[in-house]
Amino acid sequence: MSAPSMYLFVFFGIFSALLLITGIYCMLVSFNLIRIIIGFEILVKAATLLIISAGYACGKSALAQVMVITLIVIEIVVMVVAGGVALWAFRHNDNIDPRELGNLKG
Amino acid sequence: MLINLILLFALVLAALWTVTTPRLIRAIVGLAITSAILSVIMYQLSSPLAAVFELSVCSGLISVIFVVTISFTRRVSKEELLVRRKQKIIKYWYLPVILIAAGLLLNHYLLANLNSSVLPAQEGDVRNLIWNSRHLDLFGQAVILLVGALGVVVLFKEPKK
Repeated sequence: MSAPSMYLFVFFGIFSALLLITGIYCMLVSFNLIRIIIGFEILVKAATLLIISAGYACGKSALAQVMVITLIVIEIVVMVVAGGVALWAFRHNDNIDPRELGNLKG
Repeated sequence: MLINLILLFALVLAALWTVTTPRLIRAIVGLAITSAILSVIMYQLSSPLAAVFELSVCSGLISVIFVVTISFTRRVSKEELLVRRKQKIIKYWYLPVILIAAGLLLNHYLLANLNSSVLPAQEGDVRNLIWNSRHLDLFGQAVILLVGALGVVVLFKEPKK
């Protein structure tokens, strides 16, 4: 990677790191399963931005796009299943506080 | 480069609003806005196919799924919302400070010694790559989608009385 490409990658990487911090903070501080999923979504957005900027900086946008499409498919499935788990937790505990997930069987 | 900078700042601000707003429905709208801004950035970085995926799936479908999930849960009262708002302010006032500090530090240490010009991206054929080189990814995606569909059937069905 040449110096200008490296500059571009680092430039986008800084904002990706800021998104990463936002997502991790949300996941750590929230006591609501849906908010934790939202934090996870923001983490995935950070990863997407990093992959796309890396592909652009290396001149391999096509490969980056293919990887991001795979990432999006996995993201949506994880999100749907996590939403279902949150719904089950609500039906069992009447709230979606992750601290009360210990009440579930298993 | 200036438009990229504006878009990136808007992206971080939208994510910050998503995290800090006390109402869940507003958080979902914020997440959709974040995805929409990210898709514009992806288009700027010559990745139009991934941008379309991001806009349609992450900004559209995921928002719908979140709204459906929330509609199954209980609505909070106004008193509870006020308490939550106060708790949120206490919990999240560190976050903008941390973000500004992290941005300044990273900017100082990483960008200080680098050149400021930008290389144009090389074009590639996504279709060739996805069907010829990365066809195993497609198989994995199909399996994951199947697992997701089964998960929806199992997790979202009404419990037996």
